[in-house]
Amino acid sequence: METAGSAGQPVLELTGIGKEFGAIRALHDVDMQVFPGEVVGLMGDNGAGKSTLVKIIAGNFRPTHGEVRFGGNAVHFYRPIDARAVGIEVVYQDLALADNLTAAANVFLGRELKRKFGPFAFLDHTAMAARALQLFGELRSETRPHDLVKQMSGGQRQAVAIARTRLSNARLVMMDEPTAAISVRQVEQVLGLIHRLKEQGVAVMLISHRMPDVFAVCDRVVVMRRGEKRADKSIRDTSPEEVTALITGAKEAA
Amino acid sequence: MAMPLESPISFTNVGRIRWWQRGIFASQTGYVLLALLVLLIAMHFASPYFFTQGNMQNVAKNFSFIAIATLGITFVIITGGIDLSVGSMMCFSAMITSMVMSGLSTPGMPGASLFVHLAADGKTVVANVPGLILLVSILAGLVTALIVGLVNGFCIAVLGLSPFVTTLGMLSIVRGLGYVVSNGRGSFPGGPDADCFYALTSGDLFGIPAPFIYLVILAAIMAIVLHHTSFGRHVFALGGNEKAAELTGIPVVRVKIEVYVICALAAGLQGIIVSGWLGSAPANMATSYELNVIAAAVIGGANLAGGVGGPLGAIVGCVLLEVIRNGLVLAQVSSYWQQTLVGVIIILAVLVDRIRSRIA
Repeated sequence: METAGSAGQPVLELTGIGKEFGAIRALHDVDMQVFPGEVVGLMGDNGAGKSTLVKIIAGNFRPTHGEVRFGGNAVHFYRPIDARAVGIEVVYQDLALADNLTAAANVFLGRELKRKFGPFAFLDHTAMAARALQLFGELRSETRPHDLVKQMSGGQRQAVAIARTRLSNARLVMMDEPTAAISVRQVEQVLGLIHRLKEQGVAVMLISHRMPDVFAVCDRVVVMRRGEKRADKSIRDTSPEEVTALITGAKEAA
Repeated sequence: MAMPLESPISFTNVGRIRWWQRGIFASQTGYVLLALLVLLIAMHFASPYFFTQGNMQNVAKNFSFIAIATLGITFVIITGGIDLSVGSMMCFSAMITSMVMSGLSTPGMPGASLFVHLAADGKTVVANVPGLILLVSILAGLVTALIVGLVNGFCIAVLGLSPFVTTLGMLSIVRGLGYVVSNGRGSFPGGPDADCFYALTSGDLFGIPAPFIYLVILAAIMAIVLHHTSFGRHVFALGGNEKAAELTGIPVVRVKIEVYVICALAAGLQGIIVSGWLGSAPANMATSYELNVIAAAVIGGANLAGGVGGPLGAIVGCVLLEVIRNGLVLAQVSSYWQQTLVGVIIILAVLVDRIRSRIA
């Protein structure tokens, strides 16, 4: 599998990112690039700084040092909504779905399509269902827009959460442990969904503890340890053993 | 890498849901409605008086007296909150309306000269603009409710206090204020617009009680708001998964404040209507009505854990409570049994729902 678009311009570029919480240095001098259509695995043990890094990119935290460039422009996010506005979406570990609503309602949650009748705006159920069906089709997921999320399998829930990111035509999707709590069969479905995103030129950052998943879908793997980036390698040039060694610190850097 | 990239992802383990397993047929509202119909038929055979026009009007009027407040609290319950201040709110709002109405109609009271003057005989009070006092006094009652709702919403959504504790405190505060402003005596609607007030609150149109008409209109509006506006969708989302609602950019704080305001306004309006039927707003009016209102909402299928509820359920719950009360009276059962039975029904309704969701 080719590292797509590595010759082109990176969609996300981090330079010298550092983050301190009081006296605690959570991140130190992290440089990183992500290209369109590329799947990057972000790995590291608990406390290695992955979550902090993701939260900086998603606009939850502001970096203490360094610069974030997105699509070639320097960006400063104050709130998650700022990051979303430029095209960065996060699929949260618990998926952030409302169980009591339908798949279509969840996809459009917070950005419902409406039709105006004089001073009133009413939900456009037909248009939302049609668009949701189209998105599920693009992801090749047999999720039905009118089904309630609480009746869905783990894979279908992932499809709903990912369809939400497609709605805004996100250019970078960060997925936090998408395969942590689902069955083996569903893991394959989720990895399939990541491939769909890649095919559509979306950059994906996969935060995962599961080595087989990272090696199945990622083009590149970035390993964090103690707030620093220890490795940034094409998946072809490394092995699960090497990555494990880098995560645990058995190997310092590569 | 063995990835079946071309094959569509299929979920053969997830079956299609049949029509009778969806929507109202699968909801608590659905089978409580069914139970209500069975009860109505049983009542018809048990008592020849039950389906008489007079009794039906009576039932319609009585359940309308808590149903509007139940519609309001259903909004709050759907978001996963609770409002215990409904009963006190009913009383206080009614009291303010009566006091403003009487005050503005008494020549000599501050501001009254703008609204009334004495007729030539020196005794009869005449309104300057007919209906204006009524309008102002009802608005005064509703504005009071609005303020209470805003305070509830602010404490819960902005300060992050628990809805139960906040509204429990508000129950006491508002009831206390009612005693303070009326010196514990309550108040009476009076003045030239009082007759109009009575007609609007306890009169009827073509034999249909006025409160019932308001209820139907408000329930219809509520159904549209809940299911066809983004506000309604956000209310459900908040009850389903508050964190998700926040992450997807829903204005959680605003929606929360809005539902408590809606609830207080509904309770205020309900109180004003009830006071018209009573002919006064005594200081102990609607005491512990919050329990009836919450019970009706829960029986009708609103889930206290949030995410489920609707206007039909609220009304069905109120009707069921009233039909049972009415039936016990007709059957000459001691009225003391009524409360016991209501408690049993609350638990039964929730129990049946639990059993059903286990089976499904």
